[in-house]
Amino acid sequence: MKNLIRAATVAVGLALTAGAARADITVGFVTSLSGSGASIGIPYGRGIDAAYLYADSIGGQKIKLIKLDDGTDPSIASRDARKLIEEDKVDLLLGTATTPSTIAMMAVADELKVPMIAVSPIPTPAAPVADRWGISIVQPPPLMVSVPVDRMVRDGVKTVAFIGFSDAWGDLVYSGAKAAADAGKIKLVATERYARTDTSVTGQALKIFAAHPDAVLIGGSGTQGALPELALAQLGYHGKFYGTPALLNPDFIRVGGKAVDGIVVSAGPVIVAEQLPDTHFGKKLALAFRAAYLKATGKETTDGFSAYSFDAWMVFLDAAKRALAIAQPGTTAFRTALKDAILSTKDVAGVHAIYNCHPGQTFCVDERGLVLVRLEDGKWIYQP
Amino acid sequence: MDAQIAAILAMDGIATGAIYVLMGLGFVLLFTVTRVIFVPFGDIAAFTALTLAALEMKQLPGTVGLVVVLAVLAALMEIGAQLRASGARRIPRAILFYLVLPLLPVAAVWLVSGQPLPMFGRIALAILVVMPIAPLLDRVAFRPIADGSVLLLLTVAVVVHFALVGLGLLFFGAEGVRTEPLTEVTFNIAGTVVSAQTLLIVLAAIVFSGLLFLFFEFTATGKALRATAINRTGARLVGIRPASTGTVAYLLASLLAAISGVLIAPVTTIFYDSGFLIGLKAFVGAIIAGMASYPMTVAGAIFVGMLESFASFWSSAFKEVIVFGILIPVLLWRSFTTLQTDEDDSEE
Repeated sequence: MKNLIRAATVAVGLALTAGAARADITVGFVTSLSGSGASIGIPYGRGIDAAYLYADSIGGQKIKLIKLDDGTDPSIASRDARKLIEEDKVDLLLGTATTPSTIAMMAVADELKVPMIAVSPIPTPAAPVADRWGISIVQPPPLMVSVPVDRMVRDGVKTVAFIGFSDAWGDLVYSGAKAAADAGKIKLVATERYARTDTSVTGQALKIFAAHPDAVLIGGSGTQGALPELALAQLGYHGKFYGTPALLNPDFIRVGGKAVDGIVVSAGPVIVAEQLPDTHFGKKLALAFRAAYLKATGKETTDGFSAYSFDAWMVFLDAAKRALAIAQPGTTAFRTALKDAILSTKDVAGVHAIYNCHPGQTFCVDERGLVLVRLEDGKWIYQP
Repeated sequence: MDAQIAAILAMDGIATGAIYVLMGLGFVLLFTVTRVIFVPFGDIAAFTALTLAALEMKQLPGTVGLVVVLAVLAALMEIGAQLRASGARRIPRAILFYLVLPLLPVAAVWLVSGQPLPMFGRIALAILVVMPIAPLLDRVAFRPIADGSVLLLLTVAVVVHFALVGLGLLFFGAEGVRTEPLTEVTFNIAGTVVSAQTLLIVLAAIVFSGLLFLFFEFTATGKALRATAINRTGARLVGIRPASTGTVAYLLASLLAAISGVLIAPVTTIFYDSGFLIGLKAFVGAIIAGMASYPMTVAGAIFVGMLESFASFWSSAFKEVIVFGILIPVLLWRSFTTLQTDEDDSEE
């Protein structure tokens, strides 16, 4: 009897060890399901659901996905990241909806040496970091501005007025316009600022109107990005409007109405997936993503955020395939291999872009990751 | 700048100023009667706009939850206070005033939300449901410290503002709203386009300033308010309860805030936290009037609106700096021309 128990214990122990050796790949995903970032955090969450439905294993290895809410709070995001690493022993971190929380998570990832794919823009360190454990999947913000500015030049626009938020985002868009002006491509004839809480931009609009620019570059975001267009339309301005992906928001179209019709903004190709030419890298995958999204959530997708989650998953799948050849999931060696694999991602097609990562760089996207779309009768139309 | 640009800017400034007039009057009214600088004033205006937008989109406005929470809190506090002071006798009255009355418009909104309403009905409902917020805040936050110093009241008002902004995010969410215009008619006066919406804002400011004047001059309640404003102790000696005049003042101020919220909702996008800055600019207008004179407040508020409009044309990046920077010369001028009285001493 005693021997039998002993034998059984050994057998169970062996079975457990064997199980551990063949552990699943564990991925921890954090997003903002509550708090002020919830309006973009929820689509991020749905995107990862769609991605998991699209592929929940790689190379015959099952993937386990753990999802947490950070409440749009960097300190909770940081705690979530620690919990995922220390208790759930994740091999990869994904997250989160807002930049401050993402920076907080990235700090934990660097410290505890777990690879991370950020789904929000994070600032590029001034000097290349040797031991960076993560990348950001989104388009680098300067690219979001330079793409529409280049299109202005192509459209024959000579004089441009800028109006944007009096905050960091407004500065970023302005510096994009200024770079083009310094290079002699366009002439900046007016620079105006407004705040998200402003009730009127009539003064700024009058000044822009008086300068007679060929086009106006909008450096606002979301719903309040429509305020200058409305004020300018009221004055009878008939020039062109250009903007960034920050304006891609259903409420922007609702509030702006006729005044914003015809505005050209840069956007990830997934926004206009159906309209892309068949030869475009993103078309087939984007349609597959749409189908998975519909199946996972029961809703159509129109936003770009859920697609970032999906692309992060694509980059992870590609990297995991290469890392599995080197080490077993759940080990330090696997995490290091996964990081190296992510940082050497080469020509992986997602729905937003083709990803090419290099060690020491935060962003992996080039100008193929942005197309131009034009608002026509409340719909975004692809502009080749 | 030519005459036409100046005309457009002036019109824009007067329209913005008219909103500040309504709010500035509310600031002065509340400060003179209760000595509270009611910082959450702008938040109440923003909440009205958000309520109106929710009704327009056939959703249940977040105000419902906010008023219920505040009403329950206020009723509990009042019942507790009455139990300590005069036993159970006055409890039904406490429940009627602090629970039943504020919840009546809430119940109405709850019943009709989701159904299409005419614009006038939506506006009336939005104003009614928002009106109890300030009196309830008074009961919860300010009544227990009504005899405290102005500084203490101001500090509590700032705290209440932050609490309200947090609750606003919880109940209304982070998205901004913009309601349908009240009217889309435009006029062409001497080559300048004037929208009827602008005229409506100015008209509302004139009408409600006039009504306030009539109320103070010709009604007993209005006179009681003025008496309390001039001397709280004296008013109490002749049988005016500062607590009840306070409630009337808060109701009136709530009404002014709600109306400015309704007027501003179609002009710009309102977020849950938009109210503070609008309120702060109205406050600058009230400060120009020394927080005491109603006609001067009207002038001050219009001046702030004009300044803001012209500043946004000349140097938009420094607009707020110019508007708030005006406080320094104004305060200097006031401190040289006004006789100093220490009001906390005069209370004793």
